[in-house]
Amino acid sequence: MTAPDPSATAPARPAGPPAIEAVDLTRRYDLDGVSVEALRGVSLRIGQGEFAAIVGPSGSGKSTLMHLLGCLDRPTSGVLRINGVEMSGLSDTRLAELRNQTIGFVFQSFHLLARTTALDNVALPLVYRGVGRAERRERARTALESVGLGHRMGHRPSQMSGGEQQRVAIARALVGEPKVLLADEPTGNLDTRNGTEVMAILDRLNAERGVAVVLVTHEPEVAAHARRQIHVRDGLIELDTGAAEGRP
Amino acid sequence: MRGRESFVMALEALRVNRLRSALTMLGVIIGVLAVVVLVSVGTGAKDAVEKQISGLGTNIILVVPGQLTVGAAPTQSRLSLADVAYVRRVVGDPAKVTVSLQSGETVRVGRTEAFVTIIGTDQNLTNVFQRPLSKGRHLSETDVDTRRRVAVLGAEVAARMFGDVDPVGRQVSIAGARFRVVGVYATVGQTFGLSRDQEVHVPVTTAQRMLGVDRVNGLAVGASGPEEVEALQGRVVAALTERYPGEKFSAVTQTQLLGTIGSVLGMLTGVLAAIAGISLLVGGVGVSNIMLVSVRERTKEIGLRKALGARQRDVLAQFLIEAVLLTTIGGVIGIVLGVGGAVAIRSFTEVPASITWWSIALAFGVSAVVGVFFGVAPARRAGRLDPVVALRAE
Ligand SMILES: Nc1ncnc2c1ncn2[C@@H]1O[C@H](COP(=O)(O)OP(=O)(O)OP(=O)(O)O)[C@@H](O)[C@H]1O
Ligand SMILES: [Mg+2]
Repeated sequence: MTAPDPSATAPARPAGPPAIEAVDLTRRYDLDGVSVEALRGVSLRIGQGEFAAIVGPSGSGKSTLMHLLGCLDRPTSGVLRINGVEMSGLSDTRLAELRNQTIGFVFQSFHLLARTTALDNVALPLVYRGVGRAERRERARTALESVGLGHRMGHRPSQMSGGEQQRVAIARALVGEPKVLLADEPTGNLDTRNGTEVMAILDRLNAERGVAVVLVTHEPEVAAHARRQIHVRDGLIELDTGAAEGRP
Repeated sequence: MRGRESFVMALEALRVNRLRSALTMLGVIIGVLAVVVLVSVGTGAKDAVEKQISGLGTNIILVVPGQLTVGAAPTQSRLSLADVAYVRRVVGDPAKVTVSLQSGETVRVGRTEAFVTIIGTDQNLTNVFQRPLSKGRHLSETDVDTRRRVAVLGAEVAARMFGDVDPVGRQVSIAGARFRVVGVYATVGQTFGLSRDQEVHVPVTTAQRMLGVDRVNGLAVGASGPEEVEALQGRVVAALTERYPGEKFSAVTQTQLLGTIGSVLGMLTGVLAAIAGISLLVGGVGVSNIMLVSVRERTKEIGLRKALGARQRDVLAQFLIEAVLLTTIGGVIGIVLGVGGAVAIRSFTEVPASITWWSIALAFGVSAVVGVFFGVAPARRAGRLDPVVALRAE
């Protein structure tokens, strides 16, 4: 709720391009001749170190937007720049590298690899970056400690609570030191106490490390953590409390 | 991502699904096992026959009337000893030509009887064939010229009729006539399934009188060197054809015999290997099937990996390596079992299974290729999955 001013806590942050810049994004799904217009022209800009919440009714296109912002999907039309790089010109391989280097994902249903320890789950993004095993484990350990799970490194997902699993997922999103952390209903599967804990971690990451956080949520208390709320309805931005934010 | 990481990941996936991996490998194991065992049996048989033929002697040319076919009854011969003398003149060195007149007869010593192959031959036998003695002497020129009733016994015949007693100087009855044993051959084994240790050699002239014929079945010529064999073969056949116009004579050299039999047995080995190869192929289809199931089951995992930065080729490599590991580990197990099986066959049966490196290398190579071939489709499917769709999969 009391999101600190990013510029106050991280004064050394470079005034580079916005973390995310979207212009008139549309996304249409064509299924058996039926076409669904999930996004109908969304423009937004997320500044470095910003904290924004996307809210809106079910089916309004929030997840679709997150997938586009995270370069998991390509827009039907429109321009998307991540950290100043225009994504439409990039190959699938380059997109994968972009995701790996600049974006961290946190999902509603955690998406941890079962049968794999917390430490190895967290280290996974570094595998695809070609980081050696020893360094990987070292960085994964640090990331796990930063979410308060230094004592759960050898645990498998089935041996942890939902809150702990989501914290492992956050550590995994962080381990690669991304510019942007995208979280689609990160507290959706958690009770209030665990949800609060997870949000506290996201707050702290945003404040201390200057990672831009964009999260989707249904819960007003969660949305209140963000200084900026983006209301989506029927594939359009209905209201953006911080449209001017992030502009140089 | 480094190759080693894909390798570790694939190995981990196989370890996690231990039972399934083992059952999938079983198809490949059986296929490779079959290849190694069947090829070793085929090769062993071929080696054994070739050894038998080489064991006869060196640079031998066999001459028979009519068309020569291995194992078939010989054409009724019209060759006489006069023709043999003629061939001796053609060859130039009479000592290098020997004859053969065969008949199955009963041999008796006291109450012991045996049905053996009686071969009428002459003193030149040992100039052409390798036939070492264990006791006594060979047939002599005088034996042949004077139609002596003397005999040289094969090792088995001697053992059967006389046991531990030295047969040399003793009497045997062949087809009712009394013969004196002058020698015993050393053990030589089989040629074409016929034991040459069950032969009894007598002078060809004696045999002719005993059988009431004046023909011989065939003759054998020993060339003095390998380079001479072919020319000599042609000369002998031409000479006989000239003497009996319109009739056919065949001469076959040891090399030709080796070649023919070698190619027949080689073909047999090939057919066996092909049959085994089919089972390996079936094993490969099993691998493909399981990999497809695995990709479907792990769709979410694939989606997640892609979200975290796995490229298409990283995912493809992971699943392809998994398939290749399945088949190559299966291949190695199959090779170990196959070699064990071949050794067991050789130790506990008459079949001379011989393990060949090429069949092991081939089996391993083929199982790796099978892994790539049958793993590529599932792995590509995995690599191409759309991350958003994959993450949503249930
Ligand atoms: N792969 C798809 N194929 C077809 N239609 C889709 C697909 N994904 C989403 N949609 C449609 O697009 C619209 C927006 O979906 P989206 O998942 O973005 O909604 P949301 O805002 O995240 O909803 P919720 O709050 O329930 O998660 C919906 O009408 C949905 O049916
Ligand atoms: Mg959603």
